[in-house]
Amino acid sequence: MTALVDVDQLEVHFTARAGLLRSMFGRETPVVRAVDGVSFTLGKGEILCLAGESGSGKTTTGKAILRLVEPTAGKVYYAGEDVRAYNRSKLRSFRQEAQIIFQDPYESLNPRQTVFNIVAEPLEVNNLCHSLAEKEERVARALIDAGLHNPQELFLRYPHELSGGQRQRLAIAGSLVLDPKFIVADEPVSMLDLSIRAGILKLMVDLRDQKGISYLFITHDLSLAWLVSDRIAIMYLGKIVELGSADTVIKDPLHPYTRALVSVIPAPRRKVITRQSLLKGETPDPVNVPPGCRFHPRCPVALPRCREEVPPYREVRPGHFAACHLING
Amino acid sequence: MKMRGFILNKLGQTVLIIFVVLVINFFLFRIMPGNPVRILIRNPKISAEALQRVTEQFGLDQSKFVQFGYYLRDLCLGDLGHSFVYRRPVLDVIMEKLPPTLLLTGTATVLSIILGILLGVIFAWKRGSKLDVAGLSLSLVLYSMPSFWVGILMVMLFAVYWKIFPLFGMSVPGTSFASIWGRLADLLKHMFLPTVTFTLILIGEYVLIMRNSLLEVMSEDYMLTAKAKGVSGRNLLRRHALPNAMLPMVTLIAMNLGFIVGGAIQVETVFSWPGLGRLMYTALMGRDYPLLQGIFLFVTVCVVGANFCADLLYRYLDPRVKT
Repeated sequence: MTALVDVDQLEVHFTARAGLLRSMFGRETPVVRAVDGVSFTLGKGEILCLAGESGSGKTTTGKAILRLVEPTAGKVYYAGEDVRAYNRSKLRSFRQEAQIIFQDPYESLNPRQTVFNIVAEPLEVNNLCHSLAEKEERVARALIDAGLHNPQELFLRYPHELSGGQRQRLAIAGSLVLDPKFIVADEPVSMLDLSIRAGILKLMVDLRDQKGISYLFITHDLSLAWLVSDRIAIMYLGKIVELGSADTVIKDPLHPYTRALVSVIPAPRRKVITRQSLLKGETPDPVNVPPGCRFHPRCPVALPRCREEVPPYREVRPGHFAACHLING
Repeated sequence: MKMRGFILNKLGQTVLIIFVVLVINFFLFRIMPGNPVRILIRNPKISAEALQRVTEQFGLDQSKFVQFGYYLRDLCLGDLGHSFVYRRPVLDVIMEKLPPTLLLTGTATVLSIILGILLGVIFAWKRGSKLDVAGLSLSLVLYSMPSFWVGILMVMLFAVYWKIFPLFGMSVPGTSFASIWGRLADLLKHMFLPTVTFTLILIGEYVLIMRNSLLEVMSEDYMLTAKAKGVSGRNLLRRHALPNAMLPMVTLIAMNLGFIVGGAIQVETVFSWPGLGRLMYTALMGRDYPLLQGIFLFVTVCVVGANFCADLLYRYLDPRVKT
């Protein structure tokens, strides 16, 4: 498997907007370290899951890879080329190949565009169609690919006239119309009813199987991650703490944080959740990142050294990475 | 049909609102202290008999409800009554003062809308820059300044101190012009200060609302979706941000358009502009009930009418309103 996307020590820091008073008194503006050194690769046709609690920086990572948010440091290589060094025309063709699907289909679709305009827009921006008939045909094909049948009937509808599931399929159609090779799917089913989720997930996996699309699948739901992905990366406070194949991460987690997350996956016949593995407290403020291992304030097995030394992120077993002082091997 | 039902429904509401305002206007002025007859006659030594006669002549001896009945009946016949002060039909007086007001407030409103939207868009686009901070502060200052104060400041600076523009009125009294151009130039000269004053008063609100509305839209997910699709720069603004950001502006504009006819009481008074605003002021001072009611009714109809139009326009602009 060759890497389509190679992320190397990606960092995204936000400067909190300085208020009028704060800037008048010349105080330092706090820096939010949303993504703080993330590295991973994504192969062709692979589904990699980025999982973690809210505030762990997974969405920002996805946006930064697509340059919807400008990274502060680090490199992103797409098909071997540095995305951050792209000029206008390169960025244009990158935007044709890399797409994003957002969490909330009620927010991600412009309420004043018709279904046809939403799906046709990428074609128009890139001047890809020479006739209206061709455009209509491609839009219809994208809608059908996204599981919306009778596309012609939908052309003149507005998003608010569709159901949640239909809206998300429409959003997917909008990203499919350019035949992308890489899609960042940011919690694509978390706002949908349970009954609709399976359909959307199956659609995405089918598209991978048929068209070889690679996905960066962002979710907070580990059971979902296990279901759809080939590999899982667990993020905590802007860093990846564990990465490995979906099965090993879920069945044999190394990092205490992953263990805590896995232990609360609902499963039939599980008896009692061990007390120790329930996480206490919330993710710390990414403005004041704890020293040493960033997980130590919540870690049930933390040692004194965890407070001072940052644990190295290393390959513990072939293909299985983790960052924890307590792992031997 | 859906559309017809909607219009009928809105129309019914509109008529109801106008009626309620009508009732309030009528009784509001009559519970105000002050006797119109006393103000009219201006002679403190008038005999009781004469006072009685004048009171009867204007129908002020009847009970307030009977007066209201007469008022409604005349209104249905298209008669707004006779002004106590001007001794002429109210409608004539209003129509005479309407053009100057429309000229002044109309020009100022159009100017402030165009400039306000333009500046609001620029500030939102350059969010956080020095230009944005400066523009935002200035807009807030303008928005909170009382109009009579700005007016007096303008008069002091440009008319009294520098003597660039005339002090008051719409034209120099008693002059005649050889050509229409001379007249026009004179009018523009007189218009300048009040128009600038009124534009300054109005523009702050438009800038603030436009900037905020655009910033809100720009943080929406669909803006990122569009960016990811490859839409960039100007097109992002023109095709995705502006159409959505203009919706609150339409409401604001519609509301303010109705008030145009009301004129700007303070600005017109400061500059002695012969418009509806100043007419309202003089009518109030003279307790001219019919004229006051007439003006208020006129303004009410315009405001409510403008809102009615905005509702219809909204259905066209925002597809979500239809269902």
